[in-house]
Amino acid sequence: MKERTVQLEVLRYNPDTDTEAHFQRYEVVCQEEWVVLDALNKVKADIDPTLNYRWSCHMAVCGSCGMMINGEPKLSCHAFLRDYEGVIRVEPLAHFPIERDLVTAPDDFMEKLKRVKPYIIPKEKKPISEGEYKQTPAQLMKFRQYSMCINCMLCYAACPQYGLTPSFIGPAALTLAHRYNQDSRDGGRAERQEVVATHEGVWECTFVGACSEVCPAHVDPASALQQMKITSSLDWIVEHLMPGGKSARDTASREDAGDIS
Amino acid sequence: METISIDVAIIGAGGAGLRAAIALAETDPKLRIALISKVYPMRSHTCAAEGGAAGVIKPDDSFDMHFDDTVGGGDWLSDQDCVEYFIHEAPKELTQLEHWGCPWNREADGSVAVRPFGGMKKQRTWFAADKSGFHILHTLFQTSLQFPTITRYDEYYALDLLVDDGRCQGVTAMEMRSGELRQFHAKAVIIAGGGAGRMFPFSTNGAIKTGDGMAMAYRAGAPLKDMEFVQYHPTGLPNTGSLLTEACRGEGGILVNKHGRRYLADYGMGPETPVGKPQLKTMELGPRDRVSQAYWHELQKGNTVTTQWGECVLLDMRHLGEKKINERLPLVRELAEAYLGVDIVKEAVPIRPVVHYMMGGISTNTAAATPLPGLFAAGECACVSLNGANRLGSNSLVELLVFGRRAALSAAEHVQGLPAANAVALNAQAEKTQQRIGELFSRTDGTESMSGLRKEMQDTMEKNVGIYRTEEGLQEGVSKIHELRQRYRHVKLTDKSSVFNTDLFQALELGSMLDCAEAVTVGALARKESRGAHQRLDYVERDDKNYLRHTMVYHQGLDVPRVDYLDVVITKSPPGVRDYSGDHK
Repeated sequence: MKERTVQLEVLRYNPDTDTEAHFQRYEVVCQEEWVVLDALNKVKADIDPTLNYRWSCHMAVCGSCGMMINGEPKLSCHAFLRDYEGVIRVEPLAHFPIERDLVTAPDDFMEKLKRVKPYIIPKEKKPISEGEYKQTPAQLMKFRQYSMCINCMLCYAACPQYGLTPSFIGPAALTLAHRYNQDSRDGGRAERQEVVATHEGVWECTFVGACSEVCPAHVDPASALQQMKITSSLDWIVEHLMPGGKSARDTASREDAGDIS
Repeated sequence: METISIDVAIIGAGGAGLRAAIALAETDPKLRIALISKVYPMRSHTCAAEGGAAGVIKPDDSFDMHFDDTVGGGDWLSDQDCVEYFIHEAPKELTQLEHWGCPWNREADGSVAVRPFGGMKKQRTWFAADKSGFHILHTLFQTSLQFPTITRYDEYYALDLLVDDGRCQGVTAMEMRSGELRQFHAKAVIIAGGGAGRMFPFSTNGAIKTGDGMAMAYRAGAPLKDMEFVQYHPTGLPNTGSLLTEACRGEGGILVNKHGRRYLADYGMGPETPVGKPQLKTMELGPRDRVSQAYWHELQKGNTVTTQWGECVLLDMRHLGEKKINERLPLVRELAEAYLGVDIVKEAVPIRPVVHYMMGGISTNTAAATPLPGLFAAGECACVSLNGANRLGSNSLVELLVFGRRAALSAAEHVQGLPAANAVALNAQAEKTQQRIGELFSRTDGTESMSGLRKEMQDTMEKNVGIYRTEEGLQEGVSKIHELRQRYRHVKLTDKSSVFNTDLFQALELGSMLDCAEAVTVGALARKESRGAHQRLDYVERDDKNYLRHTMVYHQGLDVPRVDYLDVVITKSPPGVRDYSGDHK
């Protein structure tokens, strides 16, 4: 295996002792095939034990190690050194307050996740003894992609709208609402619309699409938000322009029957 | 120190902890539940499980067959009353998850699909592509958000159990963001803190799997059971140790050595089955212990492939075709491509066995209760004796559901009608935690580097407590780990800050791992037989006369732990021969 010396420029901030954040340079001997996280781990173990960051799985599924690498939101366990030349600049995820060094506070995201009611609100309840709800592979495919979100928050760091308007519910949480709305077992769309179809919800999105570009799980939040805008518009048309307009709940069930896709 | 008074404290918010929290909230909406974890729930290592979860649902399957597979797979070290309970609860729990929205793969008619898995005689593994654990974890986490009685304490590092009047009555924890200590006074505590695979240098386990929950219970007097049984998963990426799920072989992948031979046929798992037509419970669908051990023998014979990442064998999935690989093994394709530069559609991928799972853990009974009243445990941190000497793939995701729920029911029952807590006594105990942490911070004569000690521990475990073990190697392992525990008292903290101090948390995690490592080595040295994942070159046979028993290890402060034994519960299946040859009946 080939070795390579990498220059890391890491943002440091300790609220106990620092008045403002500053960069610190580390020179790290790395293996060519390493990821940025490996280099940080080497710094932590051999050079500077006071450097702080989150990580766990090292396989891009736990979502802990999101950070800005050369200005782009990335999972550091999935940012390969081979893709970088020169000094690599590592900073905490944009748009979130820094707790310390590369550790940011995700409180706002956690709160927003909860607000969209990301759980099955059953269309019809049945006891466990009656077995599973039937769901065809086609019905599964309607939402599966949107269930892949690992909550890494890279999309929030990439979203210019979230940066400007922190009240925006944001890509991942809205996508999760869409994931449940699209699930054939769910009847909760009307409840979620109270959060989703507002100016903190999908209408805040200006469809820049940065969220989908940075998503490490290929969830494509932008497409979810676009679909939600369409269905929310249809709701409005049905309620306001059609004689005897129907509620969002009716629309949701028509959707399940395949009228709208 | 702030005191938080609640009914039940749960330590760990992965699959088992979340399942327990939901079960408590549903059982009794009056119970106040604290869900304490050193990471946000979605970061828990349940997310990395890939293959699936076993539960009998198909008409050609039966509870008896799941029972036999599990007991035989565990080399008869499973408690059979526990297995019986488990197999009956399994399909109910998996169906419950389905009702909560888990995106299980489906048959054309909309029913849940199952796939083949190692050591299982029938197809009974429910799966969500190769991200089953991820979906289970997120389904549970998202479902838990609707219960107002579950209060989460995310990024609180649990430190010590509070024990008074012979009962566990709470836990101390540090808020990682502020460095402030809190004490949780609880009528019952459930530990769901996961495994301890990071004791080893080469592991599928995430950085967080450091055995904190096991060590906490152990220090408080609860015994650790069967810790010497450490599972090596046969197929890890040779550089990062990332897991390539057993479903690779379930779907038809084959293992070959440098001569292109399907070598498993030479180790009691033959004759060869046709390529791409996997047969249950033989060849590549043998149990993990046997398949990993076969690698070791191939290594001794010089039949492995030399790669830049060391000696490997090859996992060949090319014959599955791109369509099936993308549909059923997308993560595997992505991992091999990203970290090794190998496209499994076009090339065989080099792999080697990697530490994956602890069969042992905090001793619990079928009610998920530990011998310490008020303390319950579930998931990988517990040893309920479902998995015996070797866990079958796809039993553990179900285990954390079945026993997470069971722990909750037991805890809910335990909290009824308890006498009031003696707050003075509990406060005094919490003070001890404060002193312990304070001492670590104020230590000025620290001589030992944290990463140095950790490396010595990991090297010792790999060298002396690996796939095959000997008396001499284990003696060395026991004395080395014991020495490291003494030296750990002089570990140096470089970072003295109060805010998100990972130098501190890594030091505490190292302490947990050293306690667990000592239990593993001491248990392995005392067990003079070969059974399941515990293989000794000097005692090659299973010895039911002397060792059809669980190893129970008791913490003795800084001294060498005390080893005792507990009989295995046999109800209907006397110890027999594990037959994974293709002609088995």
